[in-house]
Amino acid sequence: MSAVDTTAELQAVADRVVEQAQPGEQIEAFVSRGGETEVRVYEGDVEHFVSAQAEGVGIRVIRDGRTGFAYAGTLDEAAVREVLAEARDNLEFGTVDEWAGLAEPDGVEPTEQPLWSDALAEFETDRKIDIAKELEKLTSGQDPRVRVDDANYADAWGEAAVASTAGVRQSGRENGCYVSVSTLADDGEDDDAETQTGFGFSVGTSPEEFDLDRAAREASERATRLLGATKPESGRTTVVFDPFVTAQFLAVISSTLRGDAVVKGRSLFADRLGDEVAARHVTLVDDPTNPAAYTSTDVDGEGLAARRNVLIEDGVLLQFVHNSYSARRAGAASTGNATRGGFAGTPGVGCLALSLVPGTRSQEELIADVDDGVLVQQVQGIHSGVNPISGDFSTGAAGLLIRNGQVGAPVREFTIASTLQRMLLDIVEVGADIDWLPMSAAGMSLVISDITMSGN
Amino acid sequence: MIDQDVLERVLAGATSTGAEFAEVYAEDKRSTSAGLDDGRVEQVTSGRDRGAGIRVIAGETTGFAYTSDLSEDGLAAAAGAAAAAAKQGGGGVRTVALTRSEPHRPNRIVHEPDAVAKARKVELLNRMDDAARSFGPEIVQVSAGYGDSTKRVLVANTDGVLADDEIVRTLLRINAVANGDGGMQTGYQSMGHTVGFEIFDTVDVEQMAREAARQAITKLSARPAPSGEMPVVIKHGTGGVLFHEACGHGLEADHIQKGSSVYAGKVGTRVANPLVTLVDDGTMPGEWGTLGIDDEGQRTQRNVLIEDGILTDYMWDFLRSRKEGRPQSGNGRRQSYQHLPMVRMTNTFVMNGPDDPDDIVASTPNGVYVAKLGGGSVNTASGDFVFGMTEAYLIENGAITEPLRDGNLIGNGPKVLQDIDMLANDFSMGSPGTCGKDGQGVPVGDGQPTLRVKALTVGGTAA
Repeated sequence: MSAVDTTAELQAVADRVVEQAQPGEQIEAFVSRGGETEVRVYEGDVEHFVSAQAEGVGIRVIRDGRTGFAYAGTLDEAAVREVLAEARDNLEFGTVDEWAGLAEPDGVEPTEQPLWSDALAEFETDRKIDIAKELEKLTSGQDPRVRVDDANYADAWGEAAVASTAGVRQSGRENGCYVSVSTLADDGEDDDAETQTGFGFSVGTSPEEFDLDRAAREASERATRLLGATKPESGRTTVVFDPFVTAQFLAVISSTLRGDAVVKGRSLFADRLGDEVAARHVTLVDDPTNPAAYTSTDVDGEGLAARRNVLIEDGVLLQFVHNSYSARRAGAASTGNATRGGFAGTPGVGCLALSLVPGTRSQEELIADVDDGVLVQQVQGIHSGVNPISGDFSTGAAGLLIRNGQVGAPVREFTIASTLQRMLLDIVEVGADIDWLPMSAAGMSLVISDITMSGN
Repeated sequence: MIDQDVLERVLAGATSTGAEFAEVYAEDKRSTSAGLDDGRVEQVTSGRDRGAGIRVIAGETTGFAYTSDLSEDGLAAAAGAAAAAAKQGGGGVRTVALTRSEPHRPNRIVHEPDAVAKARKVELLNRMDDAARSFGPEIVQVSAGYGDSTKRVLVANTDGVLADDEIVRTLLRINAVANGDGGMQTGYQSMGHTVGFEIFDTVDVEQMAREAARQAITKLSARPAPSGEMPVVIKHGTGGVLFHEACGHGLEADHIQKGSSVYAGKVGTRVANPLVTLVDDGTMPGEWGTLGIDDEGQRTQRNVLIEDGILTDYMWDFLRSRKEGRPQSGNGRRQSYQHLPMVRMTNTFVMNGPDDPDDIVASTPNGVYVAKLGGGSVNTASGDFVFGMTEAYLIENGAITEPLRDGNLIGNGPKVLQDIDMLANDFSMGSPGTCGKDGQGVPVGDGQPTLRVKALTVGGTAA
């Protein structure tokens, strides 16, 4: 991992591009460099070890309301010149858009975030391999029925700089690491043999923060708890989502609150500002300035300060999230929610670190109040079975039946279905067990009533 | 892209510390894309991705490094990093002699996309926008995308392989939103081929747009999908993803060798209804998963995986076939030079059966007819899979009746293969897909005739 900070060099590349702006031209240059280490261990040996770095530049040019973009996976000087020329050429083919433009600095100061760890940057390679081996060993020792499919250590670092003719000039660097383990659990013999899978992980700003025991335990539990699972009866029921499932559910909800979806008529909540769209005890906040969030950040994808935005408060829809473009169209201000996937794309809009305000009770206490329901521990097919424009929600699921306040037999191969609109209103309670997962949303247990379960 | 003598020196250097195998995979990709949304061509994008990935194998360990610097110094540095990653002591001097393979080009490209004016590409989007919006007043929003890419690939390894390929891709997609009393509904169509711009001499892009609009408007009057197990008829050219998920992934040799597939140890046994013959074929001209060579330099081929219901073979890449001491099958693929290759599908399809498609519906008293499937996923260890229905209808008394809202279908791979009880004679290939595995996406094709599964679980909200 690069211990040398080269963000000043990247900023200089971005600045040089922007200096070439001609009269009437707006230019934004995004320059980044990053690297990764990935170790995969299988049966005590290193299966593969990846160590590499890459860099690139993306340039956006706007003139007379037309936008053009080009990128290249190199910072070679001739290539950067070619990218600028291509972006200029491309804008000729865009449609004039009165709202086209770059983000204007808005005076909001970024909240400093501890995004870089020297301890990680200087961490020795051999110890990374040892960690992956240790995780494999810990996991295989959990349960005689459990095999390890693979155990992984990975870290990544990135540096980025953005400059624009509108006066944005930001650079920074970050790094992070995680371990993960995939498991298989076997039960039965020959044709009756059954195999289930599980996974566990731990993330940290440096390897010292890993909780390998928890990763190993969860990987084993996830694989074994579904052994012997049957297909449940169809019917309407109450579900309790595990934190991991809730986080995936929130990620779907967030796509309906995006400013670009709203201004282009693709959000089912477009005309609902000020309405009660969720149950009263539901408060939804996007807060990338929270250092506990895995995706915490100081600036957004356009270089504006990231900030705390309350989207739903006590069930009432307060606002959407915007980047500079969707804000301009909506007659609002950017909420600092520009996303950027890297140098190869232009900024989008999205929630950066979404969470429900947690309640006061544990998962066990929530379950104790459910007479008849299902604890949903995993969902499959959220990307294929949920339509965030119509709101239809249907996903494959697996978990444990709940009877009289107690969890019981495992069930799988069923679906749960409702609509996003109804699910928000049908939230019975939010759990206290908030967990910041390695995604842009936090999870916590969530109780939702009146879900259609489809099985036998 | 890189001279042969440079490749030979880099490979020799990569194995000088004792590793038994080294490989250089280099690519140079140029791409153009254009997006239309809300009536505007928002942006044309040009991209250039160029670099090399170097893999060094010592014992059971693979070291991998990549670089965007294709000079001899850049490649040598990456080779050093990969060799260090593979961690071998000892060593010695090794010479590498490469033999250039005969080019294998399943596709004939007439109009290289790079030589076509950007204005003509953008014009396709405007034509689709007009066609979708004029289909009906219910259409309130349209987005459309065009993309093309030309990727040159070079693979060289210490076994003496030196092979190259050029893959041209052309893609078009459209999404229409209709609004009605019951809220919004969506329709989607896409088309992708490994050919040049000449594809638009034959593809009717307006018809594609109208089809997306029709789907969205049809669903405005849709009722909630039923829930529970029932017979499901899947229209030809839309259900290939079922086989991709339900068994294709489970037939990848990496899953087999780790014992994480329900199909491990099942070669020669009956795994499907005798009607079913499943093939993976990377050589089909123009199809989305077609390649001249795979990403390990191996010529692509046609592989029969299941024949008349009997499992005949798995799919193989370099590492897994080496371990087994058998030939590769041309299924070693990677997303880009920044990724390690692994076993992947190309174009996966089920061949024709004996039935008339109309008879299949007519002989189904009650069930669901799926006219368009969305994406899906599978757990290869349990065989449980799920995929979305994006256009579906009720079957009542042997006839297709009312449209249904979106929902998921779930099932278990091995069970579904046995439960296919009717297979029609109307085979067609489906829409272009991107298959995700272990964080890497690669383009794949699929296809199938109209078929019936006697029981799948439909995940709707209606009783």
